[in-house]
Amino acid sequence: MEHIGFGAFSYDLAHLLGAVVLVLSFALLSQARVTSVINTYALQAWALAAAAGWQGWVQHAPHLYITAALALFAKGIVIPIALHGIVTRLRISRGIDTALGIFPTMALGVMLVALSILVVLPTTIQSQALTREDLATALSVVLLGLLMMISRRTALTQVIGFMSLENGLILAAVGVEGMPLVVELSVAVLVLVAFVVFGVFFFRIRAQFDSLEIRHLDRVGGAHR
Amino acid sequence: MTDLINPVALVPTLPLLGALLAAMTTNARAGAVIVIIAAAGGFAAACALPWEMQVSVFLLVDPLSAQVALLTSFVGLTSAIFSYGYIRTELTSGRLDPPRARLYHVLLLTFLGFMLLALLSNNLGVTWVALEAATIASVLVVGLPRTENAIEASWKFFLICGVGIALALFGTVVLYLAALPALGPGYAAMSWSDLALAAPRCRGTLLNLAFVFLLLGYGTKAGLAPLHGWMPDAHAEGPTPVSAVLAGSVLNVALVAILRLRGVMDANAEAIAPGPFLMALGLLSVLLASLSMWGRRDVKRFFAFSTIEQSGLVAFAFGLGGPAATFAGLLHMTVHTLAKAALFQCVGRVAQRKGLQVFAGISGLIGSDRALGLTLATAIVVVAGLPPFGLFTSEVLILGETVNRAPYLTPLVGIGLVVGGWALLSRLVGLCLGTPTYGPGPATSPLALIPAWVHLTLVLVLGFAMPTSVVAWLGAAASVAK
Repeated sequence: MEHIGFGAFSYDLAHLLGAVVLVLSFALLSQARVTSVINTYALQAWALAAAAGWQGWVQHAPHLYITAALALFAKGIVIPIALHGIVTRLRISRGIDTALGIFPTMALGVMLVALSILVVLPTTIQSQALTREDLATALSVVLLGLLMMISRRTALTQVIGFMSLENGLILAAVGVEGMPLVVELSVAVLVLVAFVVFGVFFFRIRAQFDSLEIRHLDRVGGAHR
Repeated sequence: MTDLINPVALVPTLPLLGALLAAMTTNARAGAVIVIIAAAGGFAAACALPWEMQVSVFLLVDPLSAQVALLTSFVGLTSAIFSYGYIRTELTSGRLDPPRARLYHVLLLTFLGFMLLALLSNNLGVTWVALEAATIASVLVVGLPRTENAIEASWKFFLICGVGIALALFGTVVLYLAALPALGPGYAAMSWSDLALAAPRCRGTLLNLAFVFLLLGYGTKAGLAPLHGWMPDAHAEGPTPVSAVLAGSVLNVALVAILRLRGVMDANAEAIAPGPFLMALGLLSVLLASLSMWGRRDVKRFFAFSTIEQSGLVAFAFGLGGPAATFAGLLHMTVHTLAKAALFQCVGRVAQRKGLQVFAGISGLIGSDRALGLTLATAIVVVAGLPPFGLFTSEVLILGETVNRAPYLTPLVGIGLVVGGWALLSRLVGLCLGTPTYGPGPATSPLALIPAWVHLTLVLVLGFAMPTSVVAWLGAAASVAK
């Protein structure tokens, strides 16, 4: 492998692609309509596929191409189409009910990115620069996914938040040199399976409550029984 | 490839093959028999584990994993036997239809198989995948009754555990990164056995980061406060045999992973000491859960909080460090799993008999159903930690080690145990004594209580007549994690 550092093309491109994934995480947070959330998620999956593919090229690790292909086809094409189908079939309202306004969410998001950089960079001083940056970016994407899950009220957007969190995990896994295939494959399988699970949930929730709103699901009432 | 024809591989594969068979069977009763046979096969294979110690790329059989796998497969078997009668009653009462009973059998075996795989795997990635698969199976099975509450419980279960398991994967990636300088790229840096040996040469700072994520991730599965939110709902709404297996296996698998991680952290000079974190989470769980037990109206939810308390106590014991505390923690894990499974089996029968699962509608069980009432009372006494049963022994050991290693925490642990035990005993009085109430369900035949009695007898034996071979065996398991 060639030297990786500032100025090297392989480094710059990997960095850029990781940053695109991160920026799309912010874009996900700022969308006000369900369809645009799904489209942004698809874009993020494409960026992830490009990042994974480029890592495969740089690390001479052909198995990463499989990860890239899975990200592209499953998360970039199949899942968004299915989600659009769900939105149309269930006549989900197009607007998104947010628990937090866009601006406070974005501000929190920026703070989370700062936090992950502050956590990751000092702990990885001896590692390669690419690994460090990649890990910081990945952790940011994971945290932004979590933020999306708590700042959105509808089940559909929470699901997308969860899947975008998983994109962060794959970004972390592909950025680490020589990581065995197990993890990437498992994550890819997980996303598919998770989607099936969620699909089941959607239809059940729809059948029970006539709505995909999480707050209808507040009957068990945590610790009060 | 030799791993595939290894007898150890039979332990998880037999239940998984059983799941495939059960998926092809339309007859509910045949499905239940398949579940019993597959679980019995898994348990029989697990019985050979103590003589099959081995370390390979994919499998790790040491006293620790063998002990917990043996325990898990045993609880799996007795729960399978219990669920035979339980599901039949659910079918006749119309709360479950045959297609869903089939799904239940498939999911129960899938869950059991992946739990065992997670325990015996030597690869952090495989452990993670197995835990994830088991999570998905358990989420589906909790939602199976398809009542509004069950759907909410499984949704909550999925969100909390999904996030937890995602954080654990991030921790796994970071752990691999920490092991890279010591073990180089490849499978070695993801292997539990190699990690334990190479821990001193791993990057301490990265180990710290990995530890935080793995503790949060697997701590969610272990039901440690403040990540325990899914557990009361999942226990209360899911089918009862599942509560028994949930209480037994998921916690244990997650706690074993945390215990192995503690060994790695302890062996590295640069890394932070993991003990205080485990002790803090454990103690918080003990106190929060024992206080939360007061004022619960739902029976299964009440006992779920008791499970959180006991899981917290095990984590606390693991956090104390040293072979004696780890031994006490493992003993407590073993006896609690046995006792809680017996307890949930009784609770399931009670709920079927009375047609409800709130304390307000159930009293005088000993008057109305003598065998069931007495078994339930015994199980509650056992879980409350009264002598001469095994939980008394392990709790005394844990308290003793607390006095040795962290004396200032002894009052807190003591208060937690007393408050929790007191709550259990006051509920025992309400449930089992007083004027009997009658419900629509069928009476329980004493035969259906045999699995519970087997569990309780084992706990009794471990309480005051523990064979020296068992002591040596648990000691060996405790020494695995240093």
